[in-house]
Amino acid sequence: MTDWLSPAEWQAVSLSLRVAFWATVLSLPVGIFTAYALARWSFVGKQVLNGIVHLPLVLPPVVTGYLLLLTFGRRGPVGEFLEQTFGIIVAFRWTGAVLAAAIMAFPLMVRAIRLSIEAVDPKLEEAASTLGASRAWVFMTVTLPLILPGILAGSILAFAKAMGEFGATITFVSNIPGQTQTLPSAIYVFLQVPGGEASALRLVIIAVVIAMGALLLSEVVSKRIAARVSA
Amino acid sequence: MTVSVQITHKQGDFILDVDFDAPDGLTVLFGRSGSGKTSVINAIAGLLRPDAGRIAIGGHVLQDSATGLWLPPHKRRIGYVFQDARLFPHLSVRQNLTYGQRFSATKAPIDPVVEMLGLGDLLNRRPAALSGGEKQRVAIGRALLSGPELILADEPLAALDEARKDDILPYFERLRDEVGIPIVYVSHAAGEVARLATTVVVMDQGRVKQMGPAGEVLSDPSVIPVGVREAGAMIEARVGAHSDDGLSDLLIGDLVVTIPNCGRQIGDLVRLRIAAQDVMIATQAPQGISALNVLPATIKSIRMGDGPGAMVQMEVGGATLLSRITRRSVQTLGLTAGQKVFAVLKAVSVAR
Repeated sequence: MTDWLSPAEWQAVSLSLRVAFWATVLSLPVGIFTAYALARWSFVGKQVLNGIVHLPLVLPPVVTGYLLLLTFGRRGPVGEFLEQTFGIIVAFRWTGAVLAAAIMAFPLMVRAIRLSIEAVDPKLEEAASTLGASRAWVFMTVTLPLILPGILAGSILAFAKAMGEFGATITFVSNIPGQTQTLPSAIYVFLQVPGGEASALRLVIIAVVIAMGALLLSEVVSKRIAARVSA
Repeated sequence: MTVSVQITHKQGDFILDVDFDAPDGLTVLFGRSGSGKTSVINAIAGLLRPDAGRIAIGGHVLQDSATGLWLPPHKRRIGYVFQDARLFPHLSVRQNLTYGQRFSATKAPIDPVVEMLGLGDLLNRRPAALSGGEKQRVAIGRALLSGPELILADEPLAALDEARKDDILPYFERLRDEVGIPIVYVSHAAGEVARLATTVVVMDQGRVKQMGPAGEVLSDPSVIPVGVREAGAMIEARVGAHSDDGLSDLLIGDLVVTIPNCGRQIGDLVRLRIAAQDVMIATQAPQGISALNVLPATIKSIRMGDGPGAMVQMEVGGATLLSRITRRSVQTLGLTAGQKVFAVLKAVSVAR
């Protein structure tokens, strides 16, 4: 792999994989919780929460990136708090790329998980509670196993989306090789320099393969939802 | 152990206001759909939180609005058999059966339950591979193995066809007779009530209309919970003899009733269901009649209906029988309470 790719190209691919991995893993618990709340609970401001979750899907990514910069930048309210309290800086770091990717991928993840939660019959959860299971147990032993395919599908979609995130990432954390230059930013840069087409093409192939693989995998997994949840 | 239920609950325009005790044995909540039966057992299970009331199993109080006590479903130790089985699709039959065991203090062994319900061959299957009747048997087993103080059943046979109902009913009889856990059973089918009930609580529009031992309530002409066609008495009889021509003689007190072979052992106690519209009344012993069962009876009461019908309650061999005839017949024959008559039974069946 490293023979085939130049060190700069390999750097971009491995950074993107790392960013996408952490973006997926870290947003998963929040995603499951949000999906559960949207699917099962009724509370004031539910539509507002739903709107906020889906906003990155419809906003121009540049806008999302700029909003992130305003909030999490070193002068932003949250960014300043994080830096002064924990010494964490996300702006222009690879951790910032994770944050941007996670937020952009979040709606896709929540949608997939929410659909699978809605497919679980609440009557099954009632039955489990009459058998002596507390709410936490019911969730762990009935709800979670039944929505596992949805969680997998959502995670795969989120991973693919995080791999390809460009607009919000480049706006929020710029395009620093080895730090924040993810695969899409690298392709963009290679296309700007003379003689960079070959590098760009190699990265494009990798991007297509990863995205296609993720979509196929998610398709296969979603098919199993129906087979498993219906009985 | 007596289950005592006193609850009031308002749901939209519907007001539930019930107060009854379910003694040991099987208590049927009997009534039309929409009479509030399911709401009552959901309240007992904790799936519905009534506005006010008190629910207790023996000394174990599940809800008491006077003290603000309300136990959530998982702290109630109640086995609930739902109409739609509600097995966990991602677990095998064995895992479904043992699901409630880990929360139960007693840890009842699984084998006797598997044997009683005939589940041995199904243990490794998934619920999706079971028939409706098999699912319901697993659901009964799962409820039993959770170590319950009380079993609730919400029309557990309603989703099954007639043949499957006959498969499942015996299991509820065994539950009632062998397991010794009180059962509260919701039904709107008179046949099921006649066969299973020890106690009947008749519900109508969110209220208890009548309650008492099954034989008494079912032969009360003023209680017609689901329509006159379904009205009929339940009488216990002992199998006396089987004849070569395929008939059996059953004894009600010292009277003999002949029915097609019921397939039970001589000496067995069976429940007979005699629909009111299958009983005719004659003032003199009829001659040359095809009906096999003509029994001397004494009229206890006559209740005139709003329409052309009348319900006559009779005492036969110590048991109570209902007959539905026309008001015109009552007048023509001059029937009155206390009169000696003959009851002509057109059809008698073993309750199912």
